[in-house]
Amino acid sequence: MATSLHVLMALGGLTVGLLGFTGWMGDARALDVPWLVPLSGLSLRMDPLGGFFLLLVGATTVPSSIYAIGYARGARRGLGAYALFVLAMAVVPLAANVPTFLLAWELMALASYALVLTDDRDPAAVRAAWIYAVMTHAGFACLLSGMLLMTAWTGSLTFADWPAAATTLSEPARNLVFVLLALGFAGKAGVIPLHVWLPAAHPAAPSHVSALMSGVMIKLGVMGILRVGLEWLGVGPPWWGVVLMLAGTLSALGGVLYAAVEVDLKRLLAFSSIDNIGIILIAVGAGFVFHSTGLETLAIFALAAAFYHILNHAAFKALLFLGAGAVVHGAGTRDLEAMGGLIKRMPWTSAAFLVGALAIAALPPLNGFVSEWLTFQALLQNGRIPRPELNLVFMLALAGLALTGGLAVACFVRAFGIAFLALPRTEAAAGAQEAGPTMRAAMALLVVACATLALTPTLLLPPLGATAARLLGDAAPSSREDLLTIAVSGDFATLSMPVIAAALGLGLVLPFVLLRVGHAPSRIRYYETWNCGRLLQTSRMEYTATAFASPFRRVFDFLYRPERVVEIEAHGESRFFVRRMVYRNPTRSLVEDWLYAPLLGAVRAGTARVRAIQSGSANLYLIYVLAALLVLLVLA
Amino acid sequence: MREIGAPAAVVGALAQALLVALAAPLLVGLVRALKARLTGRRGPDPWQPYLDILKQLRKEAVISTTASWLFRLTPFVLVATMLVAATVVPVLVTRPALSFAGGIMLLMYLFMLGTFFLALAGLDSGSAFGGMGSSREVAVAALAEPTVMLAVFALALRTGTTNLGTVAERLGGEPALAAHPGHLLAFLAFFIVMLAETGRLPVDNPATHLELTMIHEAMILEYSGPYLAMIEWASAMKLFLYMTLLINLFVPWWIPTEVTGAGMLLGMLALAGKLVLLAVALAVLETAVAKLRLFRVPELLAGSFALALLSVASVVLLR
Amino acid sequence: MRRLLLQGLIRAPLTEPLAPSDDTELAALAARLDLAAKKRLGRSLSIREIDAGSCNGCELEIGGLAGPHYDVERFGIRFVASPRHADCLLVTGPVTLNMAEALRRTWEATPDPKIVIAAGDCGRDGGIFQGSYAVLGGVAAVVPVDAVIPGCPPSPAALIAGLLDALGRRS
Repeated sequence: MATSLHVLMALGGLTVGLLGFTGWMGDARALDVPWLVPLSGLSLRMDPLGGFFLLLVGATTVPSSIYAIGYARGARRGLGAYALFVLAMAVVPLAANVPTFLLAWELMALASYALVLTDDRDPAAVRAAWIYAVMTHAGFACLLSGMLLMTAWTGSLTFADWPAAATTLSEPARNLVFVLLALGFAGKAGVIPLHVWLPAAHPAAPSHVSALMSGVMIKLGVMGILRVGLEWLGVGPPWWGVVLMLAGTLSALGGVLYAAVEVDLKRLLAFSSIDNIGIILIAVGAGFVFHSTGLETLAIFALAAAFYHILNHAAFKALLFLGAGAVVHGAGTRDLEAMGGLIKRMPWTSAAFLVGALAIAALPPLNGFVSEWLTFQALLQNGRIPRPELNLVFMLALAGLALTGGLAVACFVRAFGIAFLALPRTEAAAGAQEAGPTMRAAMALLVVACATLALTPTLLLPPLGATAARLLGDAAPSSREDLLTIAVSGDFATLSMPVIAAALGLGLVLPFVLLRVGHAPSRIRYYETWNCGRLLQTSRMEYTATAFASPFRRVFDFLYRPERVVEIEAHGESRFFVRRMVYRNPTRSLVEDWLYAPLLGAVRAGTARVRAIQSGSANLYLIYVLAALLVLLVLA
Repeated sequence: MREIGAPAAVVGALAQALLVALAAPLLVGLVRALKARLTGRRGPDPWQPYLDILKQLRKEAVISTTASWLFRLTPFVLVATMLVAATVVPVLVTRPALSFAGGIMLLMYLFMLGTFFLALAGLDSGSAFGGMGSSREVAVAALAEPTVMLAVFALALRTGTTNLGTVAERLGGEPALAAHPGHLLAFLAFFIVMLAETGRLPVDNPATHLELTMIHEAMILEYSGPYLAMIEWASAMKLFLYMTLLINLFVPWWIPTEVTGAGMLLGMLALAGKLVLLAVALAVLETAVAKLRLFRVPELLAGSFALALLSVASVVLLR
Repeated sequence: MRRLLLQGLIRAPLTEPLAPSDDTELAALAARLDLAAKKRLGRSLSIREIDAGSCNGCELEIGGLAGPHYDVERFGIRFVASPRHADCLLVTGPVTLNMAEALRRTWEATPDPKIVIAAGDCGRDGGIFQGSYAVLGGVAAVVPVDAVIPGCPPSPAALIAGLLDALGRRS
């Protein structure tokens, strides 16, 4: 039964994806069912932006569902939640009025909450689900208040009426609505400091669900920000874009820094998602700033870069999560320190994960490189803005983006190298089995997707630019007739992915052929690893994940504030004869310690104070009732 | 600058890659010979690296039983990235054949591709030295590559392009563009990072035998035979490309803009002369300073990052 | 410091010229290598030095080879850290029991073509430790030896002469 549902979901995803594609290309559709949803009924509209995100939902559901056929074999739990999750995610981009949107948003949150709780015997998963529920509902409260304020001020529940009415609103009103809605959407997107639920929830969910959450759900938060700032509220002041860019830079740096020292493989991928959301937000923020300073062509370009990264991230993050799921399935653990040697035991999964790691590290000739290149180019164009304070913000974003690029490479060298290479560190890793055929097929699909996205930027950028133009209310930019090369602003910069791929391929093949022709090497002999003539080579002598990250822990110790925990167990007779020693070097989360702990402490203290009114005395409660009646009589 | 057709572009690209590939070991040998002279030794001949590489190509390869296909793939990836990078850097002419394929970002990410695979190869054999080298190498690269990008971004913002060849051409054509404090800061940042990325003192000692002081060498301890030859050769090409980039971006005069016989000859002589001067400066610097303690290296790199950031800021703010 | 650097650039190197061949004793060479391999290695040799339980007297002399006076790099000979990079194993010491296995594994880790040179009297036959319960009596007891450079310890000049003879580069 699970298999048939997942096959159905895959087919459904394909249909939805194709529908989204037609919408993205400009085929507008509408659907109204007045009785389905309270207040103003169900109302769906597909515009290019909605079509784009619908395509994203459908296209990511296909490999997830195919994967789940093999991964969640026989599992009865979570099937309904999965179907509801995908359905809700498909409705959100299309929602055309407030009740539809909020209903779909909440259903999406509830369904994913249920999915995070799939393994409800694990206390960490239960805690993760709790944090997720609290954070998503705090965001929902912001969304609700923002949207209700807009409804009250513009007199309409339909989104299409808001842009025209927004011009009549005062500046502080629009700012307030923007802040509320942006906070709600940013919380869903996982922007630092609202990210605390992401690293807890994504690892707890099953891997194909994590792929959907990281690849699609958090992007819907970005979609919300785009709609709010560019469509519903008209043209905003530049500080909206500045805030987005700074938040994006912070998320990008924070995400990758925490990923670089993380030992749980899926938590590492979750932090990396925060990093990529940061990169997307930098591009979105740049688009906002260009739009508010009137540089429409550049705004379209920056937004197109953001859209490209959204597509790319969905592809390679889903690939990585599916690969991580296969690894966890095979090795039985999420702990990097317990893996190793999987490249020989799970060759297909390793190859797929390697492609994902290369793509997310933005290395040529894969797709991550294209969208990072586009984002850099968009940021470099800031010279056209004649305001030094904005130029400085762009410069900070440039520096942050460059830094995250380098750190992402380090992070994924560590993730792939420790998990897959050298000797297995535990018995479980030594006995790992390769993933099943459906799981491999899903990963292969995503590898093909990454390769396609890498080689076709010239085909993808025109429709992405048109979507951005539609969103900004401009005419679509004219596209150049060059299949091989993207060009920015004349000859500011050019990029030709097919040529790079071909050149690298030739560079790989040429030395290989030359060596063959020269009969080199004369012989290949296999012998043990050079270990200075020592008699033993075990997995204990390999580098550990904690050790690999120690240069980062040292350099960024102001952020991590690591603690050294050493437990020594000695023999009974003398404390100098050690039986066992355990060394831990955990890092502490700055955001949790400085923001959430004091906040929660203050809330707890406040509520403890307020609890005094619950004295338990019936007489006191009667006095409360009397007082409330008197107040109401006075007010009425 | 006239447009060149596709076949000419391919020939030009191959020719430039071949030139860099052939000349790189000579540069490494020259620096080694100069360092020997500076310490009072007669030293090896400057063409000694060619003999070393040729000898290694004829040896057998001993491969660890723990290693996987990644170990054998890595030398090819390194050579491929260096060859492609050689076609993007302005070496002989200002617009190398493949310069349209990408600019400074392509170059830096190509180098990072090589570092990625080399670091994985260091982990692949399961030795502690390899892991240690990989960990240090990616930490240094993570802090160094952004600095190079920012330094060249400062130049790009001044000259209005990120294509390296066009930057060189415009700076060469209008020397006034180079008279800017951001230029000097970018030069300093680039120079420091060049030392870090190519594994030179004071960041890494290419001639050390103590594994605990190694960064680059530790990752290649397991390689032998033709694979070792390819890796050494790729490192030589990396040094050549970094030095050429430094020269052609910051001292961009006498680089021919067109492919003519006399122009190429002048260009080659000019490049050779500048490279020799830079090699002397590098040898003197390496002999004069001691290697930095490993945990002081991030301070150096953070300092160069700050310089690069300042150079971008000065270009952006002082128009 | 500046003065030294300037001197290094301007003055001639301090390296001593090669000593004539009749002031050292050299053992006959085992012809394990064919001429072609010897010619190739003759222009570029990488040496991995192994201390198989020596008293370090030979090590001190070998250490002098890299300095300005003897400068073995001028012949294209370098010292390397990993046996995978080496063509020549320069073994000192009488090969103690504890180092025997390590020496054999190092030899196995070195790619062909390779040569083994035993330096010092200890490497030749155990030297002053000959007959001890703790030694195997010379490098040849563990790995095949191509050349021996006798001496206790052999001077750097003798070491150079022995290396060059093993490579067939001296007349």
